[in-house]
Amino acid sequence: MTATEPQAETDERPIGFGRLLRKEDPRLIRGMGNFVDDIQLPGMLHLAILRSPMAHARIVSIDKSAAEAHPKVVAVITGEDLAAQGLAWMPTLSNDVQAVLATDKVRFQHQEVAFVVAEDRYSARDALELIIVDYEWIDPVIDVRKAMDADTPVIRDDLDDKTDNHIFDWETGDAAETEAIFASADVVVSEEIIYPRVHPAPMETCGCVADVERVSGQLTLWSTTQAPHAHRTVYALVAGLPEHKIRVIAPDIGGGFGNKVPIYPGYVCAIVASLVIGKPVKWMEDRTENLVSTGFARDYVMQGEIAATKEGKILAVRTNVLADHGAFNGVAAPVKYPAGFFGVFTGSYDLEAAYCKMQAVYTNKAPGGVAYACSFRITEAVYLVERIVDCLAYELDMDPAELRLKNFIQPDQFPYETKTGWVYDSGDYEPAMRKAMEMAGYDELRREQAEKREKGELMGIGLAFFTEAVGAGPRKDMDILGLGMADGCELRIHPTGKAVVRLSVKTQGQGHETTFAQIVAEEIGIPPEDIEVIHGDTDNTPFGLGTYGSRSTPVSGAAAALVTRKVRDKAQIIASGMLEVSVADLEWNKGSFSVKGDPEKSVTIQDIAMKAHGAGDLPDGIEGGLEAQICYNPENLTYPFGAYICVVDIDPGTAVVKVRRFIAVDDCGTQINPMIIEGQVHGGLADGVGMAMMEMISFDEDGNCLGGSLMDYLIPTALETPDWETGHTVTPSPHHPIGAKGIGESATVGSPPAVVNAIVDALKPYGIRHADMPLTPSRVWETMQGNHTPPI
Amino acid sequence: MQVPAPFEYERANNVAEAIALRERLGPEARFIAGGHSLLPMMKLRLANPEYLIDINDCEELFYISEDGGEIRIGAMTRHRELLESELLAEHFPIFRDAEEVIADPVVRNRGTLGGSLCQADPSEDLSAVCTTLDASCVIKSTSGERVVSMHDFHVGPYETAVGDAEMLTEIRIPLKANGGSAYEKVERRAGDWAVVSSGAAVWFDGDTIAEGRVGLAAVGPNTTSIDPVSEALRGATPSEDLYQQVGEIAAANCSPQDDQRGSAAYKTHLAMELTKRALRRAVARANGQEA
Ligand SMILES: Cc1cc2nc3c(=O)[nH]c(=O)nc-3n(C[C@H](O)[C@H](O)[C@H](O)COP(=O)(O)OP(=O)(O)OC[C@H]3O[C@@H](n4cnc5c(N)ncnc54)[C@H](O)[C@@H]3O)c2cc1C
Repeated sequence: MTATEPQAETDERPIGFGRLLRKEDPRLIRGMGNFVDDIQLPGMLHLAILRSPMAHARIVSIDKSAAEAHPKVVAVITGEDLAAQGLAWMPTLSNDVQAVLATDKVRFQHQEVAFVVAEDRYSARDALELIIVDYEWIDPVIDVRKAMDADTPVIRDDLDDKTDNHIFDWETGDAAETEAIFASADVVVSEEIIYPRVHPAPMETCGCVADVERVSGQLTLWSTTQAPHAHRTVYALVAGLPEHKIRVIAPDIGGGFGNKVPIYPGYVCAIVASLVIGKPVKWMEDRTENLVSTGFARDYVMQGEIAATKEGKILAVRTNVLADHGAFNGVAAPVKYPAGFFGVFTGSYDLEAAYCKMQAVYTNKAPGGVAYACSFRITEAVYLVERIVDCLAYELDMDPAELRLKNFIQPDQFPYETKTGWVYDSGDYEPAMRKAMEMAGYDELRREQAEKREKGELMGIGLAFFTEAVGAGPRKDMDILGLGMADGCELRIHPTGKAVVRLSVKTQGQGHETTFAQIVAEEIGIPPEDIEVIHGDTDNTPFGLGTYGSRSTPVSGAAAALVTRKVRDKAQIIASGMLEVSVADLEWNKGSFSVKGDPEKSVTIQDIAMKAHGAGDLPDGIEGGLEAQICYNPENLTYPFGAYICVVDIDPGTAVVKVRRFIAVDDCGTQINPMIIEGQVHGGLADGVGMAMMEMISFDEDGNCLGGSLMDYLIPTALETPDWETGHTVTPSPHHPIGAKGIGESATVGSPPAVVNAIVDALKPYGIRHADMPLTPSRVWETMQGNHTPPI
Repeated sequence: MQVPAPFEYERANNVAEAIALRERLGPEARFIAGGHSLLPMMKLRLANPEYLIDINDCEELFYISEDGGEIRIGAMTRHRELLESELLAEHFPIFRDAEEVIADPVVRNRGTLGGSLCQADPSEDLSAVCTTLDASCVIKSTSGERVVSMHDFHVGPYETAVGDAEMLTEIRIPLKANGGSAYEKVERRAGDWAVVSSGAAVWFDGDTIAEGRVGLAAVGPNTTSIDPVSEALRGATPSEDLYQQVGEIAAANCSPQDDQRGSAAYKTHLAMELTKRALRRAVARANGQEA
């Protein structure tokens, strides 16, 4: 075995599903990855962006003469220059427009105002200081609660007839039915629950290299994108470039979490620059630019309400949400879902009614919408329901585990249609919950807690049970900018039985090169190491919408399984010719076909591949070669679920929270590679601890972003996170070809409420029912003093 | 990649050369020690020096030694050396307490004591440690050297007594018998700056405290010693009541502000709570009760 061949400790080198070290890791660990910033082209220039120091201001004038005079500067472009080409504005992913470079006004601090192209990165950055912009201050709208006040400045006066900061109203569920239940319920609990603005903060910032070939007009764009095909089409639609002359390549990507779904002004600037100058142009954000200007997540102020009987039967959930979308509505969500999949706020419970009303508004903050491990707003939905259920447990003085167990949707109710119209495909909630409780030693923990409380010590146990809706999505319901959310896949078996599979999705660290090889291996019996996974290059892969919202395995994974079955069907026909029996007399034993009742008579898939490409006749009507392509349209979403338990200790003197334990039981249906699943869960849990305890993009009242560095925007380290205790149950999806449901966001969705519930539980002796994230020591202490103040 | 504005770079081989360069290049020049405060500021373009004088080759500034009833520490001594020094751990365990919670190993491998004190960030932990220990600072120029107390060293946030053509070369800490010291810090996350931290040191005469000092970080424009604390401790017998009383004095003598690290009320509370804890441990250590 050479060092490049991956092997896990318990690696039985599965031909198919099982633990297997990641094929991509040797390259990444040895520093041999190829990221956008590694790309160097002959004659390549560098682009830097001048950003607004103010959150809301009119641009009076821009003097770029000194910057243009810098000896190494090639071009300085302002919004006016772009406007002359009709390129100053671009459409967002949600039927709004966003300024590429500001022309009239700046609408958030750090908005793009001009760019410089220079011979090197340093000169480009230096020349920014030479551009003189005269701004005229306008009062910014920062407090989302005041955005719709009568006397508030109108941020989007670029839009026709806009007289306020309203974006949309949206509702789901039945208002009257829900009101009737609330009116007669024994117990009603209401709480304002805030999910603050957080940032995906991928390790690699966003950037691109644009190279427009002068003669042919061919654009090659290496960019940090989670969705290369979707981006290509958007560039074709907005810039009027012919689509066959655009090639988008996403090389290795250093984390996305939704941050690399949107198209940012920087990409467009680089393309324009290369087009105008005729040389390749690189743009790479620095850390501050990434944090202050790109796709954020969350930013929902949610009034949550729950109605129940006094015995603890939950009857209905209702919520009123105020959504802060920043200065441009750039939410990345299917068109008919302006609030993403927030409709699953009914959680894992069998309710009689549910209703949500939402208002989305503009503020003078960075746009970019939902991004981030977003599950299309499922993170917010799960947080809301899991927090409000705990508030109910508090009011009923009931154990939160017992309350949940009492209200779960039962296994025989699946497929289960929720009161907001989502059809959960499969679920078996109680065993997952019981397993987590058993792993945690739940009863023992409660006993320990009671003893500690006697002594004045603060210990908390928090639970969360989540159901996600992932794998967007059926094309009858879901599209982004008119593009259906299906995914293609192409498989070729070479003559010697090695294979290459081409995907429309793109890994940002999730391990597609391994997982997808395993899916193909499982279906056709070729070892994963003999299967090359190609992705991220629009010229070399079939069309599809990309990787976000945990959709790769549910959609593209299904495509990979089905395309392999298609190839296998053809292989079976060829095998029947080779063995001179009918197709029906053949039996598949992962990797070979044999004659039923005569196992000695068999041909391997490798034999068949050679035959398919070799000499001699093939069965009638069969073409040579062994390959196929399909496009998979999911019939429904998949609904992974899980039970999480967090244990914390709080120092009563300093209010410092220590996360002692975290137990995560996940059910993502069929498991392809349990090691990769655990990795996804570990990362998501760390993220959840971060959001619950330290992460927040905040602003001062003038709209200055206070989270512009990783010293200000905190991300947890190994010291804040415990050893994760993971477990699983397996409830396959009935409609997915291999029963897999997706795992990418489960932990980031499920963990914040578990951590917050644990902290609030620890503070029960102080009579506390709710506290908002991020629960820094200061916020915990203030809460203990009865001074709980909302973060926004 | 965040890139600083253009600057010129000089590397000094020794202290004399460093000071001469500084004198010649004037106020737009800066020394660079570990660079862990200066470089981030330059990358954010909050600092735009025209010249950097690198003092990492000034070998005479790397030491921790005992000399004439004092511990002497060269300005270029790195966090990591302060953390690992047995000599310091023996006399002033407060150093190890603090170093364990300053930044992260990467920063500690480069950042220096001199750089920390000269940065004069109100949240700087080593300033609080040196204040607690009543350290003094040796400042050199071409015309000689002067020694200033920590009290006089910090003249405001990010401002020190070190003049444009001067260099901090050494920190001196008096050795006194029967002492104990400790440091307590609350941070939002490992590697973050202090929300508040408190250092305490006591020296005993028999059963009573002959001298005691407390130094706080992140609760005012500079880390400062608190005279009323020292008065309350002088001649006192240790007790929980005393720690509480001193904690309250510490809280009453600080002026924190609301920021992302915490509310002023919380910080005031921490000044009390952490002072109490640091004092309790310092006393225990002086009595040989805790490592
Ligand atoms: C991620 C991170 C986390 C951190 N966390 C903490 C923390 O928790 N607690 C804490 O206390 N600190 C923390 N720091 C700061 C760290 O300790 C720095 O190393 C220290 O503040 C500065 O030391 P330096 O040697 O790097 O100084 P430099 O950055 O090189 O210099 C700082 C300033 O001092 C001047 N200077 C340096 N040496 C001399 C000298 N001999 N004479 C005159 N002037 C001089 C320089 O010109 C400059 O103005 C952190 C830093 C980082 C990057």
